[in-house]
Amino acid sequence: MLQEVARRLMATIPVMGVVAIAVFALLHVTPGDPATIIAGDYATAEEVARIRARLGLDRPFLTQVAIWLGQVVRGDLGTSIFSGLPVTTLIGQRAEATTVLALYALLISVGVGVPLGVLAAWRRGSWVDRLVMIFAVSGFSMPVFWLGFLLVYVFSLGLGWLPVQGYVPLRESVLACLRHLTLPAVALSCIYLALIARMTRASMLGVLGEDYIRTAFAKGLPPRRVLIRHAFRNAALPVVTIIGIGFALLIGGAVVTESVFAIPGLGRLTVDAIVRRDYPVIQGVVLVVSGVYVLINLIIDLLYVVIDPRIRY
Amino acid sequence: MLAVVVLAGLLAPMWWTGDPEALQPAERLRPPSAGHWFGSDQFGRDIYTRTIYGTRVSLTVGGAVAVASLVLGTALGLVIGFYRRLDTILMRVMDGLMAIPAILLALALMALMRGSVRNVIIALVVPEIPRVVRLVRASVLSLREHLMVEGARALGVGTPRILLRYVLPALVAPLLVQGTYICASAMLVEAYLSFLGAGTPPHIPSWGNIMAEGRSYVQLAFWIILFPGVFLAATVLAINLVGDGLRDLLNVR
Repeated sequence: MLQEVARRLMATIPVMGVVAIAVFALLHVTPGDPATIIAGDYATAEEVARIRARLGLDRPFLTQVAIWLGQVVRGDLGTSIFSGLPVTTLIGQRAEATTVLALYALLISVGVGVPLGVLAAWRRGSWVDRLVMIFAVSGFSMPVFWLGFLLVYVFSLGLGWLPVQGYVPLRESVLACLRHLTLPAVALSCIYLALIARMTRASMLGVLGEDYIRTAFAKGLPPRRVLIRHAFRNAALPVVTIIGIGFALLIGGAVVTESVFAIPGLGRLTVDAIVRRDYPVIQGVVLVVSGVYVLINLIIDLLYVVIDPRIRY
Repeated sequence: MLAVVVLAGLLAPMWWTGDPEALQPAERLRPPSAGHWFGSDQFGRDIYTRTIYGTRVSLTVGGAVAVASLVLGTALGLVIGFYRRLDTILMRVMDGLMAIPAILLALALMALMRGSVRNVIIALVVPEIPRVVRLVRASVLSLREHLMVEGARALGVGTPRILLRYVLPALVAPLLVQGTYICASAMLVEAYLSFLGAGTPPHIPSWGNIMAEGRSYVQLAFWIILFPGVFLAATVLAINLVGDGLRDLLNVR
């Protein structure tokens, strides 16, 4: 098992290498001179030259790639053009808000999506099923930020239950932090929840047709027990897979949601960096977030063994 | 299953009836006056008109992204699937690209390009290509062992011809389904990009732009955000339902 973990970790290295090179190469494959683009429309020739020298853009491309990869391996993502701080520091400052938001949304999505999916599969064709499916398809079609505004309009401006926007760090007050993040997390979880509910339903439908489920019901076990112990355990694998794949949606949505609710997370960092054309920051965020995504899917791969003892590595 | 197909069929014409209006080169930037169906924005522009106009932008982006990523992805996938030597290298590249969340990749691309509809389309196509390539490659790998391909090969048919005549037709159904999903998600992401200020230039009335302008006026004029969002959600929903319908109809997977 340990050996397998090590092997898998090794396998992620080429993937991350490609990500690192791709993130770097973006700067060069896009049309136009990168230094000019980063300097902006009103820059003087000296400013452009300074940026070019600072980013090492005056050297040959392969040398640049080599330098960049060397830095990345040492955990150095360069410095922000705008603030002059190391990109890693900036990311560290902003990581908490995004992590809490993502986990909160994940909790809601799994906590609500899985039971909904199980229920819909169990009562297939009933109004519960139809309702869940309508929700699942429409949840997948709504723009996150629009839903966010809708929620703000109803729950903050209308009912005054929850704060409109902003963020309170966890260590200051856990409750205040969660209160601020509730609406964003609900908005963010919508797409993910829909995805999970749909996958759970489909997977459960497959399992519920099996003989051993009929047997379990026939021997008089309570439906709850059959559904959870017998059916869901066997239907869990695709659900867990979709949780991992869908995590990209969650991250993408977080960028947008943070912008709506003025949460100082990685998303805001990215958006601000784009406005300021602070390319090192954009590179750093894309790289780190992709790394987290790859890692999460690796963990999920390894979780298969826990969920399904038949799988051996 | 049938219900989904019927529902998709019903919703599709509903969505198309909105389109003819968008094609009329009628009034733009109207000053505030009576009869604003969806209200008007801070410059007195009619939200209804702008929303209908936004349909054009969103559908153009959605359609163009779907077609472009299907064409490019299929071409790459076919080549990769049949030429084993390219396979390992290019698939590693594709894996790497897929590890970057699509919205972030699009954002990073937009940061480097000027905001225009064409550039938004490019920024949305790039993250989609690896997904199409993967789909096509998987089908090609299973098809190349197929008896009909082996037969053709035995008859001395060249590889390009095999790809076009024997492999491509089998791919039409899954690609069509994939295309509708790409179209739906591209429309959503276009709105995200515009909303974040990294999409189509602000003067173009895309749904994302209208909502981005409305964000400062949420408390005063909620309708600016509400209606384009309803349109976007309904359109994406309709396309997704068409996709589901096609999938069931064509029996993909």
